Amino acid sequence: MALDRTIAPNIKDAVDFDIQLKPCQKYVLDNGVEVYAFEGGAQEVMLMELVFFAGNSYETKNWVAPATNYLLKNGTSTKSAFEVNEAFEFYGAYLNRSCYNETATISLHSLTKHFAEVIPVVSELVADAVFPEKELDIYAKNQIQQLTLNLKKADFIANRFIDEYLFGIDHPYGKYSSEESYNQLTRDDLVNYYNKFYKEGKCIVFMAGQFPANIESILNKYIGTLPLNKKDIVLPAHQIVSATQKKYSVVNDPSSVQGSIRIARHFPNRHHPDFAPAQVLNNIFGGFFGSRLMSNIREDKGYTYGIHSYLQTHIQQTAWLVSTDAGKDVCTATVSEVYKEMAILRDELVDIEELNLVKNYMLGSLLGDVDGPFQIIGRWKSYILNGITEEYFYNTIHTVRTVQPEQIKDLANTYLKEEDFYELVVY
Amino acid sequence: MIQFDRFELANGLKVLVHPDTTTPMAVVNILYNVGAKDENPEKTGFAHLFEHLMFGGSVNIPEYDEPLQRAGGENNAYTTNDLTNYYCQLPAENIETAFWLESDRMLSLAFSPKSLEVQRKVVCEEFKEHYINKPYGDAWHKMRTLAYTQHPYKWMTIGASLAHVEQATMEDVKDFFFQFYRPNNAILVVTGNVKTEDIKLLAEKWFGPIPAGVPYKRNLPQEPKQLKHKSLDVRADVPMDMLMMTWHMGGRFDASYHATDLLTEVLGGGASSRLYEQLIKVRQLFSSISCFHFGTIDPGLFVITGKLVKGISMSVAEKAVLEEVEKMKHEILDAKEVQKVINKTESMICFEDMSIMNRAQSLAFYELLGDAALMNEELAKYQTVTPAIIQSTAKTIFEDSNRNTLYYYSKTS
Repeated sequence: MALDRTIAPNIKDAVDFDIQLKPCQKYVLDNGVEVYAFEGGAQEVMLMELVFFAGNSYETKNWVAPATNYLLKNGTSTKSAFEVNEAFEFYGAYLNRSCYNETATISLHSLTKHFAEVIPVVSELVADAVFPEKELDIYAKNQIQQLTLNLKKADFIANRFIDEYLFGIDHPYGKYSSEESYNQLTRDDLVNYYNKFYKEGKCIVFMAGQFPANIESILNKYIGTLPLNKKDIVLPAHQIVSATQKKYSVVNDPSSVQGSIRIARHFPNRHHPDFAPAQVLNNIFGGFFGSRLMSNIREDKGYTYGIHSYLQTHIQQTAWLVSTDAGKDVCTATVSEVYKEMAILRDELVDIEELNLVKNYMLGSLLGDVDGPFQIIGRWKSYILNGITEEYFYNTIHTVRTVQPEQIKDLANTYLKEEDFYELVVY
Repeated sequence: MIQFDRFELANGLKVLVHPDTTTPMAVVNILYNVGAKDENPEKTGFAHLFEHLMFGGSVNIPEYDEPLQRAGGENNAYTTNDLTNYYCQLPAENIETAFWLESDRMLSLAFSPKSLEVQRKVVCEEFKEHYINKPYGDAWHKMRTLAYTQHPYKWMTIGASLAHVEQATMEDVKDFFFQFYRPNNAILVVTGNVKTEDIKLLAEKWFGPIPAGVPYKRNLPQEPKQLKHKSLDVRADVPMDMLMMTWHMGGRFDASYHATDLLTEVLGGGASSRLYEQLIKVRQLFSSISCFHFGTIDPGLFVITGKLVKGISMSVAEKAVLEEVEKMKHEILDAKEVQKVINKTESMICFEDMSIMNRAQSLAFYELLGDAALMNEELAKYQTVTPAIIQSTAKTIFEDSNRNTLYYYSKTS
């Protein structure tokens, strides 16, 4: 029998998949630091992430939090920055650090067989970073140059401004760096911040991969003996001050051939009941390759290489954003098409076929997202830091499976109204 | 050690299967043995434009993405100077959907005029976003043209000029498709929660009926040995000066390949590397610097590039880089330093192999090189590299006559 290629093979609907978030182990070190661990994976590699409550929400002077995080591996009382780096790199280990709004992290990727050789150095960084003056000078100088370069890029400017409009320049979610903020950093600022928020700070540990046999005692020896979690660290309250003007057009480079477009509105955090169903609406709108924005503005009109909408994942309050770079002559048309797509979602019920496709896509990707030890611990980390439980995981799946076109339309009428959005084009 | 099974269909399609039952997912990866280097010099950017057109519907299926998404899958593709690679990941139970979609677009595209028209525009926007509307965006275009006189690595995958993409016709598209997108010019790799016997049946069913094409005999102009240092001055509206140097190096099959790779690590891999320590930290001449190589199949380029600290002259910066490079030729490395870069490479390989997606792409790439089993021999090859081999490799590469330099000046500085 000849093969009929017009007929799709049968599929199992992703909504029927049994998607499980594998549990992680939890234990507490001698100093009270909690460890969340997921053991697994075929490769003999592992990840250890120390999460400190040291994000930029805690700083009282701009950029002290990211600078402290960045420079804490640039020297201890016994090792130069070079020696610290070499101590990790000799064993093929990678030490990274990242600063976010509420938290700041130190993460170590290592071969399992070398973990015991490198964890003492991580411990040393938490106990004994010294922030040499010279390292701060080089950092400030090079960051200023990097900033000068980034300020030439329309997308970089657009990302800064849209956050500022939404949250205000003094809010941790809205602030950004300037030449002045780098120049004003002092070694004392960093040392004080480090002492308070790292050395004697509050920390949670996340582990994933294949562990050496005596992992708990190793962790206790090198992390469990540090003076962490002794003091209460209170998250300061920051007022959101949103811009009053809604629409902006900025010329950064008159010879630019494209414009960076950002269209954004406030949105509640993950604890709000609309967060999960809004993810479905977002996917229909602009959340994946088959979304309406992508189909219309890229695949039908060719105005852009890509257009996306997404919900930010801030802990306290988030935003819903549309982001794209489009040809200079079609920026206005692109913006009006975005609003047209919002209007269609407000006015018309989404077709059940389209909704089912989006549901399948979302659950299929979720199945892939909770596959692999690093991905699994990453999800647990996000839940723990957001104060949600695994119930959230199953509730979200349930919402995606059951949400109906009427609810999608209602959500669009609540959240996708042109007048609520900030709009920015940077040329 | 990545285990796999291999078989070939009558039409010449090579199939590799790597089962992994620890995941609920599967990856279907198809590598076509065609890259930007195979393009007509008057019609560059075609391999990459083609990658876009492959999502514009096939002969029996109007839309590629939609049925895949319905099956819970995701996909993407990329084009390099050497190859074009398509991959999708989906729940293993729905793997037949991927076979259906991939085989239909190998059978024939729909060749819709609308798709061509739109994707030409999309690629032009991509060109603008990455290569025009971006500081230093044209640097690689200029460097390739400077370094290569003959070999088609002289243009980038996006194309030598926007005009080539804008002028692509449907005739060009069809010719390109039926020349390169044939089963005997492709490698199919399936990884994840699958059984080889099931994949055999699916491969026969969906790909078996596709006729083979005329075998492609690649006959590219080879780059003659460069006899003297070449340089180019550029002045543009960028905030700081940039120095970019390249040297011709051996290809993927060259005996020096692994030593060359380690050499880039010694010089530019991470914050304990020589260029970072000496030129950013100690001498403070550069605000950023990197060292890497093309990793291409034919002889590629060894690259050192960095942005200068404001106030530092180009000649001082250049001299400093060359001093570090000279050291590699005249001093034998400490065994510990070589051990470090081998350890880093081991670690990189282990982390890369974590996902079934990466394993699929590596298997396909090594099969293109001649044998997927080579993938499992890589680490051993790195481990045989000694300080003396690195030194002799450095001597060969870092001949001044073999160098190309782009002096990229800021108009404002």
